[in-house]
Amino acid sequence: MITSNLLLMLITGLLAGILGSILGIGGGMIVTPILTIAMGLDIKYAIGASIIVVIATSSGATISFLRDDMLNLRVAMFLEIATTIGAVTGAALNGWIPKPVLYVLFSLLLLQSCYNMVKKLLNKPATAEQAVVQPDYLSQKLRLNSSYYDKALKQKVDYQVKNVPGGFLMMLAAGIASGLLGIGSGAFKVIAMDNIMRMPLKPSSATSNLMMGVTAAASATVYFFNGTILPNIAVPLALGVVFGATIGSRIMQHLHPKVIRIIFIPILLYLGLQMFLKGFGVNI
Amino acid sequence: MKKDEMRDIELLIGKILRIGVLVSVTVMILGIILMLIQGQGGYATKTYPTTFVAIFQGVVQLKPYAVMMLGAFLLILTPVLRVIVSIYAFLKEKDYLYVTITTIVLIILAIAMIGGYFAGH
Repeated sequence: MITSNLLLMLITGLLAGILGSILGIGGGMIVTPILTIAMGLDIKYAIGASIIVVIATSSGATISFLRDDMLNLRVAMFLEIATTIGAVTGAALNGWIPKPVLYVLFSLLLLQSCYNMVKKLLNKPATAEQAVVQPDYLSQKLRLNSSYYDKALKQKVDYQVKNVPGGFLMMLAAGIASGLLGIGSGAFKVIAMDNIMRMPLKPSSATSNLMMGVTAAASATVYFFNGTILPNIAVPLALGVVFGATIGSRIMQHLHPKVIRIIFIPILLYLGLQMFLKGFGVNI
Repeated sequence: MKKDEMRDIELLIGKILRIGVLVSVTVMILGIILMLIQGQGGYATKTYPTTFVAIFQGVVQLKPYAVMMLGAFLLILTPVLRVIVSIYAFLKEKDYLYVTITTIVLIILAIAMIGGYFAGH
């Protein structure tokens, strides 16, 4: 019984890892709905397992981004002050917030990311045109302006950063969401850097990935010591996701991801609706 | 700081992340193998080791749950180690502004750890 449970978690993690890398969303976004809706696990323990998954995927992905010279280490370090404070707050709030609220919050995020995926499918990818950005006082003082090597353009692109306080505030929110719901909240982080601070998209997503690990570590230590992280669930799940993500990124190169996305978006949508209803005490 | 010095720090961070993930994944796999062999977690139903002492004692006795928790803890420590190494790297580059910023992040992580420990026990 206990070992079959173990294998079930390994396989769940494997599928979540493959699916996550194909859909381009974090493992945490997929793991929690499956654990709570399909397996009936308490959302508290699903969140604990999921935060471990986030650290595993972030560390794995960062290694490849480092090779591509995409990261902005200063931006990451400075904004991590905000995300870690947020994450600890989120993890501390988790015990106080009623579980139905957690379900509803999570379902809203899931539905939002479904909407984003559909939007991405319908629109042609925007051409990466970098508008001229006037760096502000803080971004110069903190030396956040940098450059990255763009593979598509085949050249080094210099960029400036602005509206640092706005980005900092958004990162605080991203940290709270991450700590409270056990997700990487990469979408929020990219919004903070790309939309608010006007950093180009590629270094934004690479930097967001690096920050996820430290952000998740802040809330994971809280969850680890207060007994929310169960070894028999979190460990096989994390292992499965690590290997699944590796397989997923390989599959991605051979398959046409668009077709797979069209198949899986309704499934995520269904899980999101289920979680929403569960928040109101309705089980289908 | 020159661009290639920054590059050195990034490469070092990449190395640490890779070693951290490898070590923690190995320990986690060992824990799972132990569990498959023993057919149980080594603890009473619904109890898990969450203190350093309990995990250490469990690892010495090769209890599957303790080894798995150690693996999870090592995974959590990997990004923390990244922060510590960044402090050292910025210090070496005499970039004191970022030594301060990164130290603040480390302090927040330490507070999280201590706070979590006392909230849970």
